[in-house]
Amino acid sequence: MLQTPEISPEKIETDALYKDMGVTDEEYQLIKKIMGRRPNFTETGIFSVMWSEHCSYKNSKPLLRKFPTKGEHVLQGPGEGAGIVDIGDGQAVVFKVESHNHPSAVEPYQGAATGVGGIIRDVFSMGARPIAILNSLRFGNLTSGRVKYLFEGVVDGIAGYGNCVGVPTVGGEVQFDNSYEGNPLVNAMCVGIIDQKDIQKGIAAGVGNTVIYAGARTGRDGIHGATFASEDLSEESESKRPSVQVGDPFMEKLLIEACLEVIHEDALVGIQDMGAAGLTSSASEMASKAGTGMEMDLDLVPQRELNMTPYELMLSESQERMLLVVKQGQEQEIIDVFKKFGLEAVAVGRVTDDKRFRLLHKGEVAADIPVDSLAEDAPVYHKPSKVPAYFEEFQQMEDYYPVVKNHSEVLKTLLQQPTIASKEWVYDQYDSMVQTNTVITPGSDAAVLRVRGTNKALAMTTDCNSRYIYLDPATGGKIAVAEAARNIVCSGGKPLALTDGLNFGNPEKPENFWQMEKSVEGMSDASLKLNTPVISGNVSLYNESNGQSIFPTPVVGMVGLIESLDHITPSFFQQAGDAIYLIGDTKAEFGGSELQNVLENKYFGKAPAIDLDIEEKRQNQLLKAIQSGVIASAHDLAEGGLAVALAESLFDKELGCEIKVDGDLTVKLFSESQSRFLVSVKPEHQDAFEKLVEDANYLGKVTDYTDIKVESSGELVVDEPVKNLKALWKGAIPCLLKSKD
Amino acid sequence: MKFAVIVFPGSNCDRDMYYAAKDALGEEAELVWYQDADLAEYDAILLPGGFSYGDYLRSGAIASTSHVVAEIKKQAKKGVPILGVCNGFQILLESGLLPGAMLRNQKLKFMCHYQELIVENNKTMFTTAYQDKESISLPIAHGEGNYYCDQETLKELQANNQIVFTYADNPNGSISDIAGIINKEGNVLGMMPHPERAVEDILGSADGLKLFQSVLNNWREAYVTNA
Repeated sequence: MLQTPEISPEKIETDALYKDMGVTDEEYQLIKKIMGRRPNFTETGIFSVMWSEHCSYKNSKPLLRKFPTKGEHVLQGPGEGAGIVDIGDGQAVVFKVESHNHPSAVEPYQGAATGVGGIIRDVFSMGARPIAILNSLRFGNLTSGRVKYLFEGVVDGIAGYGNCVGVPTVGGEVQFDNSYEGNPLVNAMCVGIIDQKDIQKGIAAGVGNTVIYAGARTGRDGIHGATFASEDLSEESESKRPSVQVGDPFMEKLLIEACLEVIHEDALVGIQDMGAAGLTSSASEMASKAGTGMEMDLDLVPQRELNMTPYELMLSESQERMLLVVKQGQEQEIIDVFKKFGLEAVAVGRVTDDKRFRLLHKGEVAADIPVDSLAEDAPVYHKPSKVPAYFEEFQQMEDYYPVVKNHSEVLKTLLQQPTIASKEWVYDQYDSMVQTNTVITPGSDAAVLRVRGTNKALAMTTDCNSRYIYLDPATGGKIAVAEAARNIVCSGGKPLALTDGLNFGNPEKPENFWQMEKSVEGMSDASLKLNTPVISGNVSLYNESNGQSIFPTPVVGMVGLIESLDHITPSFFQQAGDAIYLIGDTKAEFGGSELQNVLENKYFGKAPAIDLDIEEKRQNQLLKAIQSGVIASAHDLAEGGLAVALAESLFDKELGCEIKVDGDLTVKLFSESQSRFLVSVKPEHQDAFEKLVEDANYLGKVTDYTDIKVESSGELVVDEPVKNLKALWKGAIPCLLKSKD
Repeated sequence: MKFAVIVFPGSNCDRDMYYAAKDALGEEAELVWYQDADLAEYDAILLPGGFSYGDYLRSGAIASTSHVVAEIKKQAKKGVPILGVCNGFQILLESGLLPGAMLRNQKLKFMCHYQELIVENNKTMFTTAYQDKESISLPIAHGEGNYYCDQETLKELQANNQIVFTYADNPNGSISDIAGIINKEGNVLGMMPHPERAVEDILGSADGLKLFQSVLNNWREAYVTNA
C-alpha cells in the first residue's frame, strides 16, 4: 500500500489542506494558537481526529450534559469505556452502545463486525467479562437490491464476529424505513459482568510508569475512520472504503482472555482499548484523565506494514489493540500473560509529568502537543437550533384517522411489514446461547440472562421508535426510554440504567440540531422519572445520504435486574384457559403508526401522547404483580397495536384466543397509544391481579383451538387460524430477500 | 470422575463444558490449556466448541495438528472416553479419530436454535441413559455442520452402529441426517449439537445431561468397585 505523503506545515496552512482532514479554518487558527506555531502534518492529523465529532462530542456535549447520569446504584457514569451499575453481592453490570453506521454503509460485513469488536473491547477494558451483545439496526425498505445487500452483509458481519468471539448475541431490533436507504444504522451494545473489586480505569497515572501496546499490529487500515464517521455520506463515500477497518475475532477472543487475566496483576495501572482514532485517542485520553503526559517511541509500535509514517501509525484504526499503563519495572509480568495467548505486548513509552503528548520517530520528535488540548479542552460548539417547518405543520393537523374496512386483512398486512415481521431470519444466524446463561432467547421483548452462581438474572433490550421521534422529538424521546423500560418490566426486571446511541443527521442544519435537542430533553425527562440514569453512550451525527437526513434515532439500550429467577416472565401466552387483560387506555392515536405507513406510505400528524406519571405507575404495578407471581405472560404494545400484540403472543405455543372489544374497532385493534401492556393470568390469580393493577381491562381467554377470534358488537370481526398468521409473519423477511427487485 | 476440558486458542464453549461436568453433573472438571497437556490423570476428555484458531484454513484443521491432539490420540487408544462437540467434532474429524468431513451448512448460513434429535444407538458409553430412538432436544450453533462421508464409509458407519444421533428434521444437509458418530471402538464420540448447553431446565432443556450421566455411570461400572 502507498505511504501517505508528508506535507510541510507551511503548505498545510497556505493550501488549507487541514480542511481535507475535517478541520475548519477557525479550528486551525485555534490549533496554531495552542501550539504557538504551525502544526506539522502528524500533529494536524492528530488534532483532526481528536476534534472530530466522533471523539470530542464537540457538537453534542452541551446536550449530553442534560442527561441525568447519577443514581445510588451507578458506579461509573459516562466518560470511561463503559458505564457500570451495582447489582448487589459485590457484582456489577457494565454496558455501552456504539454505532458503526458509516463504515457499514460502504462495507457492511466489516463495518458491522468491527462495530461488535469495538464495543466488546470497551466492556472488557473495564475489567468485565462480556456476556451479551445486542444490536439496533435500521435499513431502507427491503425492496431495493442495495438495501438487501446491506442488510444481509450487516447481519453476516455481526454473526461472523460475535459467534467466533464467543459472546452470545441475545437481542436487538431491526426496523425498515425509507429514510435509512443510503445510510443504514448499525448500533451494537455489549453487556459485561464484573466483580466490583476488579473495576479498571483508562488512566495513565504514575510518572515514570511504562506504556505497553498489546494485541494486533498496526496497519494502514481505518486511517481517518473517526473523521469519516463525522461527515455526510455521499457519492464519494465509496472512495472511503479504505477508512473501514478489518476485524479479526479470533485475535479479539485471545485479547479478552489475556486482558481478563491481566487485570488481576498488581502491575496494572490503567487499560483502554484503541477504538476510534486508535493509538492517538487511547494514549492522549489516558494521560489527560490522569493529569499526566505521555511520551511514545513510534519505532517500537508493532507494525504490519513497512515504512509506516507517524501520521499513519497514529491515525490507523487497526482493530484488536489495547493500551496499558504498567508499574515501572513490572512490565514482564504483563508481557508474559499476553505471551501465553500468543499475543504481542511491547513497551512503547512512558508516563511523564509535563502534560504533553510527545511522539518520537526515527530519533526525531514527530509530534509534541499539550495533551489536554486533545481531550478535555477540545472545542465545544453551541449550534443554532430551529423548529422545522414540518413539525409546526404536523402539530396543526387534524388527528389522522385511518379508514379500515376489513380488520382481518389489515392484521395480515401488518404482520408482514418487515418492521413487525419475525426477525428469525436475522437472529437464527447469531449464537445466542454460548456461555450458557441465556434464559430468554431473541424474539421476546427483552433478553434474559441468569447471573451464574446467584438467583438473579439480567434483562436487556434495545429500543427506539424513530417515527414518533421524527414527528415529535420530545415526545418520541420519552417514548423511547419508556418503551425500553416496558420491555424490561415485562420480562420481570426492574430497569436499572440506560446507554444511549444517538444517531442524527448533520448538526449544522438547525432543524437537525433541534431534533437532537428535543429528543435529548424527552429522554432525560423519562430517565429521571423512571430512575434509569444514562451511564454511557455514543453519538453518531452526519447520518445523511445525498442531502437527506435519517429519521432522528436515539437508540436506548437498557438493562434491568430480575431479583429472583422465579420472576422471569415470557412475553407470549402460556396456557389455554388463562385470562387475557389489556392494561392501559386506548385512544385514536395513529400518527407515526405502522397502519399509517401501510395506508399512506408516509408519516405525519402527532406522535402518540405519553404521560410519564401514568407510565411509571403502570410499570410499577405490573412489576409488583409479576413479583407476586400472578402473571403468566406480559408483552408491551408497540407497532401495530393490540391486534399485532395478540397475534405475537399466540405464535410461540400456537395457541388461540377469544376476545371481545367494544367501541371503535380500528382504534381498539390498531392504535399505538402508549403505556399499554397485554398480559395473561391464570384463572386462580385473576382476583389478586385485579387488585394489584388498576387499569386492567379483561379481554377474554386463551384457547386451545388455534384461531384468533375477536368479537365486536356481537359480530366476529377477526377469525383467523393462528398457523396462517404465523406463516405470514415468519415468511415475510425471507420472502422479501428472495424476490428480485 | 475427573474430566479434562481442552482449551485451544479460540475455544469458546470450554467454560460451558466445564460447568456441565462440574456443576450440572457434579463431578471434578478442569480447564486444560492446550500447551499444558498431560492428560494421564483424567478419566474423560472433552473437546469443546468454538472457533479454534479462528477456524482459519478449515474448521478444526490447525488445532488437529497440535501436540495435545497427539496426546488425545494416545488416550483414545487406551479407551478413555473422548467427546468432541461442534468445533471439537470438527477437530476429531480433522485429526482422523473419526471418519468424514464437514461442509458448510446447505443454506450457507450459521444457525443457532434447538433441534430435535433421535438417539440411534443407546448402547454406547455416552448414551446408555437414553431410551432407544428417544427424541431429544439440543441446541445447534454452527456454520459448518454439514457432515459428509463417502458411501463406503457411510455403509460402514451404518453396519457398525456408529451413527449415534440423527436429526429428526435435517437442518444443515448432513448425509443420512447424521448429527453425531462414534468410532468403532466406541470411546470417541463427535457431535454437532451441544449437550453441554442443555443441562438445566432454566436454559430450555436438560436433555444433554443424560449424555454426561451415561459417561459417569459407565465409568463407575467399569472402574469403581463397591459403587
